[in-house]
Amino acid sequence: MMLIHCPHCDEKRPEVEFAYAGEAHIVRPNAEQQQAMSDAKWSEFLFIRDNVRGEHCERWWHANGCNMFFNAVRNTVTDKFIKTYKIGQKRPTQAQIQKWKSAK
Amino acid sequence: MKFSARSLFANALSGHKNWPEQFPNKEPKKEYDAIIVGAGGHGLGAAYYLASKYGMTNIAVVEKGWLGGGNTGRNTTIIRSNYLFDESAGIYDHAVDLWDGLSQELNYNVMFSKRGVLMLAHNVHDVQSFTRHVHANRLNGVDNVWLTPEECQKKVPILDISPNRRYPVMGGAFQQRAGVARHDSVAWGYARAASKLGVDIIQNCKVIGIRRGADGAVEGVETEKGFIGAKKIGVSAAGNTSVVMEMAGLRFPLESYPLQALVSEPVKPIVPCVIMSNAVHAYISQSDKGELVIGAGTDQYTSYSQRGALHLVEHNIMAICEIFPVFKRMRMLRNWGGIVDVTPDRSPILGKTPVKGLYVNCGWGTGGFKATPGAGHLLAYTIAKDEPHPINAPFNLDRFVGGRLIDEAAAAAVAH
Ligand SMILES: Cc1cc2nc3c(=O)[nH]c(=O)nc-3n(C[C@H](O)[C@H](O)[C@H](O)COP(=O)(O)OP(=O)(O)OC[C@H]3O[C@@H](n4cnc5c(N)ncnc54)[C@H](O)[C@@H]3O)c2cc1C
Ligand SMILES: [Zn+2]
Repeated sequence: MMLIHCPHCDEKRPEVEFAYAGEAHIVRPNAEQQQAMSDAKWSEFLFIRDNVRGEHCERWWHANGCNMFFNAVRNTVTDKFIKTYKIGQKRPTQAQIQKWKSAK
Repeated sequence: MKFSARSLFANALSGHKNWPEQFPNKEPKKEYDAIIVGAGGHGLGAAYYLASKYGMTNIAVVEKGWLGGGNTGRNTTIIRSNYLFDESAGIYDHAVDLWDGLSQELNYNVMFSKRGVLMLAHNVHDVQSFTRHVHANRLNGVDNVWLTPEECQKKVPILDISPNRRYPVMGGAFQQRAGVARHDSVAWGYARAASKLGVDIIQNCKVIGIRRGADGAVEGVETEKGFIGAKKIGVSAAGNTSVVMEMAGLRFPLESYPLQALVSEPVKPIVPCVIMSNAVHAYISQSDKGELVIGAGTDQYTSYSQRGALHLVEHNIMAICEIFPVFKRMRMLRNWGGIVDVTPDRSPILGKTPVKGLYVNCGWGTGGFKATPGAGHLLAYTIAKDEPHPINAPFNLDRFVGGRLIDEAAAAAVAH
């Protein structure tokens, strides 16, 4: 079982306390934007995912813990977490991810 | 060489030491008429039907690992066609039709066994939903019958139908034409038959790029063994489809998840058919070797690791023991995972893509083994004719823009 660091609790907790919530940094268009959106754009928002083989920014939920959502960068080939961070923080750049990796 | 009683006898005389190679391992030529990416059952099937049905023999199947080493060799081999929607009935039943007689056609025993699939109902919702499936299936000419608890127990004597169980058996939907087959044989059988017709199967050769011309059309694939030219490319890469499609600049409505399974030590025959239960979320069958074959749903997070979390296996076994306490003392032999490509509506994508000359067969998720001959045939048709067959036409990529989803996810929420 993996240990996942919750940035709210600031603790590593077992995987069973968490729920996966899909790709992170997908911004829901507001009502006005939705009106102006093409079907293709709407489809992209709803259905298209990067499905990265490698470092993936994704959302997790500490469901059986503090009940808060947060984001994480995880390598989808090794399943290793590189970093977890609070929602609201910008999507990390490649350079930032590399820095986190070498800091380990 | 043809497998027959005669060849078996002749080879027995020489101690079975002189059986010829079944399919040669080829090095790539410079150019082919078509290339299939991925030597799983689907890709090999497509190559076989391109050569046998549509006269395209100058083709190659390019595989990054070994043939059949992906989900084909990792799945629990349940074959059934009792899906709800008309489109699904069409595509899955087409496959079941082809499973019939496949061993004879390929001269290779794929061990298709129509032992039936029983889906247990444990609550009123199950009963309503499954009887609806039974009726919908029968309107579509797909066999499926409703069994009372007593009839279920007659089929599966170890099933406890007492109403006092935590998950009482309130009946079941039974498809007799459904069953299991031997996964490796399917890959090997198609590979052997395709090779005989002149198809090159190139293993240990990962596709790392898709080359496109000035007009955007495909020109071939970049691989670990160099560039291979082809005006038509069919991608059948299952869990790695997103990665391959990105090489052509396409993003797909897919997510790749680990799906696990496990087998027990072998025992004498005790599970006569495939038994599935949505309510406890697990399924079980028994292989011809005697192992109990057990599985459930995907892991929760996307991954390409080809392994999953242990606690999911634990849940899976708990669910099986809930229905069949008799298995509580069984020892498990092996557990493994594959990576399955899941679409938002849990139906496959099989057809053309926005890139000229690029065709795709993907999104079979947790349940594409059963479709192997059908998917192979329909991909071959689509590549040969440059248009989808009426059976796979609804399974186009555009449905995610137009909204005409084939929402088996909402209809059944069943795996496999
Ligand atoms: C544990 C488990 C249980 C399952 N149980 C069932 C079941 O009971 N019934 C059922 O119907 N289905 C089941 N499935 C699903 C089924 O296995 C798949 O839907 C099906 O096998 C997909 O067929 P395929 O032949 O296309 O896949 P694969 O056999 O995975 O073939 C894809 C091939 O593409 C290759 N590839 C990928 N990327 C590249 C590249 N860049 N270059 C070259 N080659 C590449 C891979 O190496 C692989 O060999 C199960 C799956 C799993 C993992
Ligand atoms: Zn927390």
